[in-house]
Amino acid sequence: MRLESLARLGRGGLGALERLGRAHLLLFAIVLGVGEILRRPRLLTAQIFNIGVLSLLIVGVSGLFVGMVLGLQGYYVLAQFGAAQSLGVMVATSLVRELGPVVTALLVAGRAGSALTAEIGLMKATEQLSGLEMMAVDPVRRILTPRFYGGVIAMPLLAAIFSAVGVLGGYFVGVGLLGVDEGAFWSQMQAKVDFDDVMDGIVKSLVFGVIVTWIALFEGYDTVPTSEGVSRSTTRSVVHAALVVLGVDFVLTALMFGG
Amino acid sequence: MATRHTIEVTVGAFMALGFLALFFLAMQISNLSLDSTAEGYRLTARFANVGSIKVRAPVTVAGVRVGRVESLSFDKTTYEAVVTLRIDAGIDTLPEDTFANVFTSGLLGEQYIGLEPGGSQDYLRDGDEIVHTQSALVLEQMIGQFLFKKAGESG
Repeated sequence: MRLESLARLGRGGLGALERLGRAHLLLFAIVLGVGEILRRPRLLTAQIFNIGVLSLLIVGVSGLFVGMVLGLQGYYVLAQFGAAQSLGVMVATSLVRELGPVVTALLVAGRAGSALTAEIGLMKATEQLSGLEMMAVDPVRRILTPRFYGGVIAMPLLAAIFSAVGVLGGYFVGVGLLGVDEGAFWSQMQAKVDFDDVMDGIVKSLVFGVIVTWIALFEGYDTVPTSEGVSRSTTRSVVHAALVVLGVDFVLTALMFGG
Repeated sequence: MATRHTIEVTVGAFMALGFLALFFLAMQISNLSLDSTAEGYRLTARFANVGSIKVRAPVTVAGVRVGRVESLSFDKTTYEAVVTLRIDAGIDTLPEDTFANVFTSGLLGEQYIGLEPGGSQDYLRDGDEIVHTQSALVLEQMIGQFLFKKAGESG
């Protein structure tokens, strides 16, 4: 009886390890399929459209509102110390370093990652992937690779748009509504924000792009080919992507800004 | 065919927008153009105490930024701080008897190096040392001296 529960634990551990191994093998195969998108760039453009352009609205609107909220909250705190002129620094650093990459990754995981998982899962459930293999077309290269690179390319651009729109939102609230001096807002921001901060934000969002699309594609590709299985994979794709993004963000922040 | 073309156009617009946002972040927010002036020349200055000067702290003349602190080191024989300043290439008429001070912008602000040009006809060149320096004012020391003086007066 006790041995049985021990065995169940071991089975669970081995299963998780095996999944992790399959996920890495899949990532390897996807990344190596880069030749396919060089041969058929249209596949890539279509996926940048699906992941990037169609996420533009939610990313832009969220960025605007996050920036405006940062402007309001930051002003409230900074004004207590008589440092309301540093509002620009606060809004820009928090957006460029943290909120831009992280919130964009979470939004893309919800908006595009879930769609990727459902799409690939349904392809598997309706045996379209097997059909491709029957026609001697590698489904990993033909279906997964363009989606992966599309996500990796779209993510930093979306994060940059998020941050830029957010800074403008903070500007509208801080300078337009609350009367922070316009010159101080920009000049303090320019003096205190390094280009390294911007670069670190881009590196972060590249990493998040890999994580979100990888998890979404793997969950879809590895799904149990039933309606219930696809539904579970889709949920898991969003939940896992969000958790991994937040965890990796902590590690990256510690590496980039800790030392 | 039309839809494929539309997709390509919108993707192009999206990527242009993304790069525009990156450009905006680089130029308007972090002001890359000012910091990337790799040219310029170096001066060194020795201070008994540099306070909390950090690498990349601004170097100003008459309140205008003319360079940045490039590196900080400690001279173990004279126990002084050696500060290397990188001055913008266009600012090549600093007199040899220029005075270097460690100033603080405001009561709580960051520290920076302020240069006060002297009257010499000879100009500082790459690698020269600024001889006249004034250390940072350490608030605790000033308060200590003030209290000590007060105590001396009353006693």
